[in-house]
Amino acid sequence: MKRTALSLITAVIVLGLLLTACGGKPTPPPPQKTEAPSAKETEAPAPAATEAPAGVEPAKEIVLYNWSEYIDPEIYTLFEEEFGIKVVEDNFSSNEEMLAKLQGGATGYALIVPSDYTVGIMIEEGMLAELDHANIPNLANLRDDFKNVPYDPGNKYCVPYQWGTTGIGYLSSEVDEPTSWAVIFEPDPNSPTYGRTTMLDDVREAFAAALVYLGYDINTTDEAQLEEAKQLLIQAKAGLSGYDSDTYEDLVAAGENLMAHGWNGDFLVAQEDNEDVAYTVPQEGGVIWVDNICIPVTTPPDQKLAAEMFIDFLLRPDIGAMLSEYTYYASPNAAAEELLPEDFLSDPAVYPPEEVMSRLQYIEPVGEAEALYQRLWDEVKSAPVP
Amino acid sequence: MHRLFARHPSLRPWLLLLPAALWLFVFFIAPLFIVLAYSFLERGTYGGVIWQFTLENLRRTFDPLYFSTFLRSLYIAIVTTFFCLVLGYPLAYYIATRPPRQRGTLVLALMIPFWTNFLIRTYAWLTLLRTHTGLINVTLINLGIIQKPLPLFGNDFAIILGLVYGWLPDMVLPIYAALDRLDISLVEAAQDLYASGSKVFWRVIWPLSLPGVVAGSMLVFIPSLGAFVTPAILGGGKSLMIGNIISNQFLAAHDWPFGSALSTVMMAVMLLATLLYFRAVSSEERKALV
Repeated sequence: MKRTALSLITAVIVLGLLLTACGGKPTPPPPQKTEAPSAKETEAPAPAATEAPAGVEPAKEIVLYNWSEYIDPEIYTLFEEEFGIKVVEDNFSSNEEMLAKLQGGATGYALIVPSDYTVGIMIEEGMLAELDHANIPNLANLRDDFKNVPYDPGNKYCVPYQWGTTGIGYLSSEVDEPTSWAVIFEPDPNSPTYGRTTMLDDVREAFAAALVYLGYDINTTDEAQLEEAKQLLIQAKAGLSGYDSDTYEDLVAAGENLMAHGWNGDFLVAQEDNEDVAYTVPQEGGVIWVDNICIPVTTPPDQKLAAEMFIDFLLRPDIGAMLSEYTYYASPNAAAEELLPEDFLSDPAVYPPEEVMSRLQYIEPVGEAEALYQRLWDEVKSAPVP
Repeated sequence: MHRLFARHPSLRPWLLLLPAALWLFVFFIAPLFIVLAYSFLERGTYGGVIWQFTLENLRRTFDPLYFSTFLRSLYIAIVTTFFCLVLGYPLAYYIATRPPRQRGTLVLALMIPFWTNFLIRTYAWLTLLRTHTGLINVTLINLGIIQKPLPLFGNDFAIILGLVYGWLPDMVLPIYAALDRLDISLVEAAQDLYASGSKVFWRVIWPLSLPGVVAGSMLVFIPSLGAFVTPAILGGGKSLMIGNIISNQFLAAHDWPFGSALSTVMMAVMLLATLLYFRAVSSEERKALV
C-alpha cells in the first residue's frame, strides 16, 4: 500500500511537471538568442551597415513576430542574400495574444506587427522603441496619409506594414452576397449558411461587427450598448460553426463553411484555391485597420539596427509590391503601388471605393473599459448555444 | 558547504537529491506560489499586476458564469475518464495476458501514435469529423446511409472523443502495470476454490488492479479537466472549458490576477477531490483485503 501511495505521489508530481510544461498555448520553440557581436567581429569591416552608428554591428539573426501567412518568405531570402542577416519568424493570431506574450516578459523578438489600436496601447505602456529614421531612408516612400497616422504621428515608433478591412467573405457559388450583418446576427435555420459560418476569435473585432450592426460607435464604452452587442453575439452563436481567426478562409474555400467574418486579404488569397470565394463590406459598415511593423523597447542595439535595416528593406518599392502581391492586402507604400498591377489597385475588395471607405471605422484603445469588453466576451464564449 | 558534507557523511546521499529538489523548487513550487500571490492582486489595464491586495478575483471565480463552465468541464472530465476506463481496462487486461514478448510489441504499438505531436493529431481528427467536408460524413452520405450530416464537430461529443483519444494510453499503462504484477497463483487459487469467472474477476483481479485504475483515472481526469487545446479545436471554440477561460485571461483578456485566481481555485478543488478519492479507495482496498 505504501509503495502504491508513493508511486502515485510520484505520478502526480510528474504529471504536475508535465502540466506546467504544457501550460500555455502550444508555442513554437523560443526564439534563439542572437549572439552579440564579439570583439573579433567588431574589428572586421562591416559588410553592409554603412549607416550604422559607430560601434554597433547589425545582429546576424533577428526574429519577426508576425501574423501567420503575412509575408512572402522569398523576402527573407533576398534580405539574407544582400545583408547576411537571417530573419526567423514566429506567429501570433491576435493582437491580444502578442501583447500578452510581450507583457509576460518574452524577449528576443526584434520586430512585431501590431494593429493600429495596439500600437496606441504599446506606446502608452512604453513597450516600443523609437525608430532611428537615419536607418530607414525609404520611409520617404510611404503614402502621405500613412506618414501621419493618428496613433503614431510622424512614424516615431512604427511603420505601416499593410492595411485592410474587416467584413464578410462568402462562397459566391452557394450564397448571395451578404448585404447586411444580419446574415450573422439574425441566424435563420433555413438559410444555407446556418451552422456554416465562423466569426473571428477576437474580442474587439467581434464586438465591432455587432456594434456596427446596431449602428453604434465601435469604440463605445457605454455599458448598455455593449450589453446589447453581447446579446447579439450570443444570438449569432446559433448559426456559427465556431470562432476562428486562423483558418476561416480555407474552410470557406473548401466548402466546409459558406460564410466567414474576416479580413479582406485572407479571402483574396483563398481565391487561389477556389475562385468562388468573395469578400464584401456589409452596408452597415465595417472595420478599417492598419498593421504596423515596430521594434520592442527590449531589443538590444545590434538587433535593433538589423530590424531597422529590415524595415527599410520592406519599404523598397519592389519589396513592398512583393509583399502586397503575396498577402493581397493594400500597401501603404506609394512607391510600391506604382509597381502593382492595375487590376490589383482597382480591386474594390483591396482598395475600397470612397463610398465604402466612409462606412469604415478604426478600432481604438478603450482604456479601462478593456476589462468590461473582456468580461462580456467571456460571457459570449461561455454562453450555451441558443 | 564542502566541509559540512565532509563532517557529516550521512548527509551525502541528500546531495544527489539536490538537483531534482532545486528543479522542482524553481520550476514547480515557486511558480505555484507566484500564481497564488497573483490571485490576490489587482490587474494592470493591459496585463501585468498592480501590487494591491484584493479578494475580488476569488469572489469572481464563484460568479455563476465561470462556475457553470467549471461544472461543465467537470462533467466532460468525468465522462472522459469513464470512457477511458471502459475502453482502457479490457485493453490493458488483454495486453497483460499475452505472452511476454507480445506484450512489449503491443505496448509499443499503443505508444507509437503518440510520438506525433498532440496538436497535429487533434487537427487530424478535424479532417474526419468536419460536418460538411469531413471524411466520415462525406462517406456516409455518399453511401446513402444518412441524408443529413451527423453533428460530429463543434460540440461536446467532439471534445470528449478528442480527450478520450488523447488520454487513453495514460489509462492503459498504469492498469497494465498493475495487472502485469498480479500474482497469477492467486487467480488459480480462486479457481481451485470453485469461484466463477466473474467472481474471480471482481473478488481477486479487480481489487488487485485497483491501484492502477486509480492512477490511470487521475492521469486522465486531471488533464481532461484543464484541457483547452481540444475544446478550442474540436469544440470549434463555441463551448469553452475552464482551461480555455484561464488561458484567455492570460492570452487575451490581460487579466493575470483573475486567471491566477481561477487556477488556484481549480487546484484546490482537484487537491480536495484527490484526497477524498484516495481515502475512499484505500478504505475500499482494506475491505477487499479482509
